[in-house]
Amino acid sequence: MYEFSYVKPASLDEAAQLLANHDDAKPLSGGMTLIPTLKQRLAQPSHLIDIAALTELRGIEVTAGQLIIGAATRHIEVATSMTVRTALPALAALASTIGDPQVRNRGTLGGSVANNDPNADYPAAVLALGATVHTQRRAIAADDFFQGVFTTAIEEGELITRIAFPLPTRAAYAKFPHPASGFAMTGVFVAETGGRVRVAVTGAGPGVFRWREAEAALADRFAAESIEALVVDPSGLNADIHAPAEYRANLMKVLASRALRAILNSSEGAVA
Amino acid sequence: MKPVANLSPEPRVVGKRARRIEDPSLLRGQGRYVDDVPAEHALEVAFVRSPLAHALITRVDLTAARAHPGVAAVYTAADLAPILTHPRMPFGFPTDALPRNTTPWVLAIDEVAHVGEPIVMVVADTRAIAEDAAGLVEIDYESLPVVSDPRTALQPDSPRVRRELSSNVLQHYHVNYGDVNAAFASAPRVFTEHFWQHRGLASSIECRGLFARPDPATNVLTVWSSTQMSHELFRILSEALALDENTLRVIAPEVGGGFGGKFMAYCDEVATVAAAMLLGRPVKWVEDRREHFVGTIHERDQFWALEAAVDAEGHLLGVRGRMVHDHGAYTPQATNVAYNSASSVTGPYMVPHYDLEVFVVHTNMTPVAPVRGAGYPQAAFAMERMMDRIAQGLGLDRAEVRLRNLVPTAKMPYTKPLKNRAGAPVTLDSGDYAACQDIALKAIDRAGFAARQAAALAQGRYIGLGLAHCVKPTGRGPYETAVVRVQPSGRVSIYTGALAMGQGLKTTLAIVCAEQLGVDLDSIDVMAGDTSLNALGMGGFASRQTIMAGSAVHVASLEVREKALKVASHLLEAAAEDLELRDGRVQIAGVPGKGIKLAEIARKLRGSPGYSMPGGVSPGLEADSMYQADIQCYANACHACEVEVDIHTGETRILRYIAVQDSGRLVNPATAEGQVHGGIVHGIGNTLFEWMRFDEEGQPLTTTFADYLLTTATELPMIEVIFHESPSPLNPLGVKGIGEAATLPVAPALVSAIEDALGPFGVKVNDATLSPVSVLSLLRGAAQAAAQA
Ligand SMILES: Cc1cc2nc3c(=O)[nH]c(=O)nc-3n(C[C@H](O)[C@H](O)[C@H](O)COP(=O)(O)OP(=O)(O)OC[C@H]3O[C@@H](n4cnc5c(N)ncnc54)[C@H](O)[C@@H]3O)c2cc1C
Repeated sequence: MYEFSYVKPASLDEAAQLLANHDDAKPLSGGMTLIPTLKQRLAQPSHLIDIAALTELRGIEVTAGQLIIGAATRHIEVATSMTVRTALPALAALASTIGDPQVRNRGTLGGSVANNDPNADYPAAVLALGATVHTQRRAIAADDFFQGVFTTAIEEGELITRIAFPLPTRAAYAKFPHPASGFAMTGVFVAETGGRVRVAVTGAGPGVFRWREAEAALADRFAAESIEALVVDPSGLNADIHAPAEYRANLMKVLASRALRAILNSSEGAVA
Repeated sequence: MKPVANLSPEPRVVGKRARRIEDPSLLRGQGRYVDDVPAEHALEVAFVRSPLAHALITRVDLTAARAHPGVAAVYTAADLAPILTHPRMPFGFPTDALPRNTTPWVLAIDEVAHVGEPIVMVVADTRAIAEDAAGLVEIDYESLPVVSDPRTALQPDSPRVRRELSSNVLQHYHVNYGDVNAAFASAPRVFTEHFWQHRGLASSIECRGLFARPDPATNVLTVWSSTQMSHELFRILSEALALDENTLRVIAPEVGGGFGGKFMAYCDEVATVAAAMLLGRPVKWVEDRREHFVGTIHERDQFWALEAAVDAEGHLLGVRGRMVHDHGAYTPQATNVAYNSASSVTGPYMVPHYDLEVFVVHTNMTPVAPVRGAGYPQAAFAMERMMDRIAQGLGLDRAEVRLRNLVPTAKMPYTKPLKNRAGAPVTLDSGDYAACQDIALKAIDRAGFAARQAAALAQGRYIGLGLAHCVKPTGRGPYETAVVRVQPSGRVSIYTGALAMGQGLKTTLAIVCAEQLGVDLDSIDVMAGDTSLNALGMGGFASRQTIMAGSAVHVASLEVREKALKVASHLLEAAAEDLELRDGRVQIAGVPGKGIKLAEIARKLRGSPGYSMPGGVSPGLEADSMYQADIQCYANACHACEVEVDIHTGETRILRYIAVQDSGRLVNPATAEGQVHGGIVHGIGNTLFEWMRFDEEGQPLTTTFADYLLTTATELPMIEVIFHESPSPLNPLGVKGIGEAATLPVAPALVSAIEDALGPFGVKVNDATLSPVSVLSLLRGAAQAAAQA
């Protein structure tokens, strides 16, 4: 670590002001990504602005057919919230598969989405559900938000405040976890919302992406067999020491089918 | 030497489950590991390590590093030269069979031969400052050709791993007996297979570390090291640094696991002590995990080509083959891993003729030395896979083929025409291998498995059953030391050259002592691995400590007991036969309370000026013993397991795991079980997860635990441990080693089960580590083969 100043603002305005005043300041939420980055000296912020306790960034509620979750809501809260489990069980299930208890007890929705790790779970839900990412300045549609590995539409000094998820008719997430971290080696989120099917894939490519072929096939026929008939081209997919691109291509199909089976076999149309 | 009395057939304390005496302090966070030793004003070390697998060092510039605030010194090999007796490390466990120029350099001089090799040492006020300054050291390299596969390294035209080598083949030999070629020439059936096996790292929770503190008041340099062998480290430090033995003390504090990685003196340890001597100040180096991955030994790859000749009923007629062993860049400590593999292939089986050709080959990767199991797991894997192949080829049951070849109890002791390192014959001393197999198969309900498998298959699930045996020689000699002393306070002290590193050794030794002295475990203190307390000692390795140190403590405790009885008999005016040791006293048997405390006897045996010793005994209620043995006792195990393989993702889930272990008499079933659990978890890692990977340029690819995968609790089934006790006739306690015997059968048992699960696809598994990706590619390969057929 390099030296930095730690600041704990009392309000969102103050946090935004601090970020505006210091070029090299960074927001600190759960710290589950940022602190290891600092420890490895991969970042050298002048200030850490701790936003984890800001009331403006907290809370879970359902209004007008949307589930709205504050950016500083911890994974464990999403996983166990009765509101989420009732309104969007697939999202609660997704949150319960993130990392390990320590990570879930500190890591937050906003931190995860802002960070946009190519293997993170939440981005798949945000994209497949067509959610809206709210900041103190504007509202950003999921399709515009994710822009590749660790890259998003967020600008300097901009803070995610909450995310609004339209409630799907049916949805499920299936993931093959990295054996050590729990991150998605590949994860597939399938959602049908307002009569439209969206399929988002994380872990397999350079950043979360929509799997258009799967969406089209499922629009034709909402069944696992539609997925099994697809051919996935591994070129452009991620390869690392744990799995070559072909393995991830295979996982996309396996996991999408599992998500569908979970949806179709479950009376609530819920989770994988 | 008078014969040692064996443990009584009905011991009072030995064999009962006992809580570990180590735990109260460890659980309260009071354990003191090397980094916890108070080190005020100590300087800390960071090393600049080679980023390349093979290169010449063409320029080193230390100017900026030396000028960095808080830096006390920056050393190269040239700076340490004046106080080193030799620029290379002394041999670990010296042998005449190896050339002098095979050990690592203390610091590299002008050539580096693996990533992680230390070149420059920075000593500073803190580790953070030392790391910053290390980043300022400028080194220019000129790349040299890299050899990263031992199979190509042994080709005559291969580039050399180090310029000083004329060949990368360090050793080439045969281990053999009988006339194997004749046996094969006339054999009805011959099976041939190729195996690859990887074993990875020791991965102790606590990395290595050393703290050296010169003390001007006593002129003694005290060294705390997280080591498995204080006395050997003492020898190497005094040899490398020309230290008079009276000015050096090595202490192993709490050690957070060893598993072989700390069974060696390392160059970074010698360099740290050298720095303390040069600066006359306390100096500490604590290895971080990244250093551990490249700077601490591995036990990586072996490539086997093996053939088995059998008759029509599956009786083994002969085994022969060839094995290439990746030895890494240097030889820090002997070459026993390959020899252990080669001399143990035939395991628990009767094999009339045998020949294995062995190549021990250098590569530009981290040096290889024993990790828990030390070459034996690879041999067990190769042989057990062969047994499965024979069963498949002859259409016989896997268990039946084994039964036909296992050494029966009636033939024990069964001597094989092979020798261990000490030149002692390989003799299976005791055990009932067939009974262990029977117990394992009953426990896993082998009889009901076919129905379970069919039911699973009907649901599209693939389950398989695996079975494997092993024998493991345990109790490596030549000796271990123990002093047992009853203090005038009444507390009993045990001092030993053995080394406690988390296994519960202290509890085990205390139990052996308590058995003879009739004292509570809580009144016994065990001091292990301090060279100022025992002049000699060997340390912790090769599943030896309960056998060697346990027997030493037994012998010494018996002697203390005799002495206590003799003095008490004199003082109480009673015949020694009428006395017993109980509750810390010697008393007239059956008359509790009437007697004399051991503490009292200890006080009397300190002597009073001018008075003679009571009972005419020698001074001190204590005894000193060196237990010697060259012949090893053979522990054995039979494991059976059930797995489920996901044919869509290649994942393996272990459904049940049964371990039948015979480690002779158990001193403490609780710690014995712990050893078995740990051994199995290590074996699961070797089979499914642990893989220390390098690219063709010798760059390590797995230097964090996100990339080098360890088995964690979530992957584990309930492990069911069943002990079968065949006391060894070779030591007074009847014990055999445990820690490694549980690792050996794991890879062959799991792989056997995985292959069984994938039976419907005709998949053959000959390699471990076996990742989900490799399972899928095996399935794909089998499908392609089937399509072509
Ligand atoms: C061992 C381990 C296992 C993990 N496993 C998984 C897993 O299985 N699946 C998974 O998805 N993730 C996993 N993670 C990541 C985890 O979910 C992190 O918590 C998450 O990626 C970041 O959230 P955070 O609240 O900790 O953010 P922080 O670490 O505090 O911040 C991350 C980044 O986002 C910025 N930031 C934070 N909040 C905001 C905001 N409101 N607006 C704008 N920028 C912001 C920060 O400045 C920083 O750059 C794992 C992490 C660890 C350490």
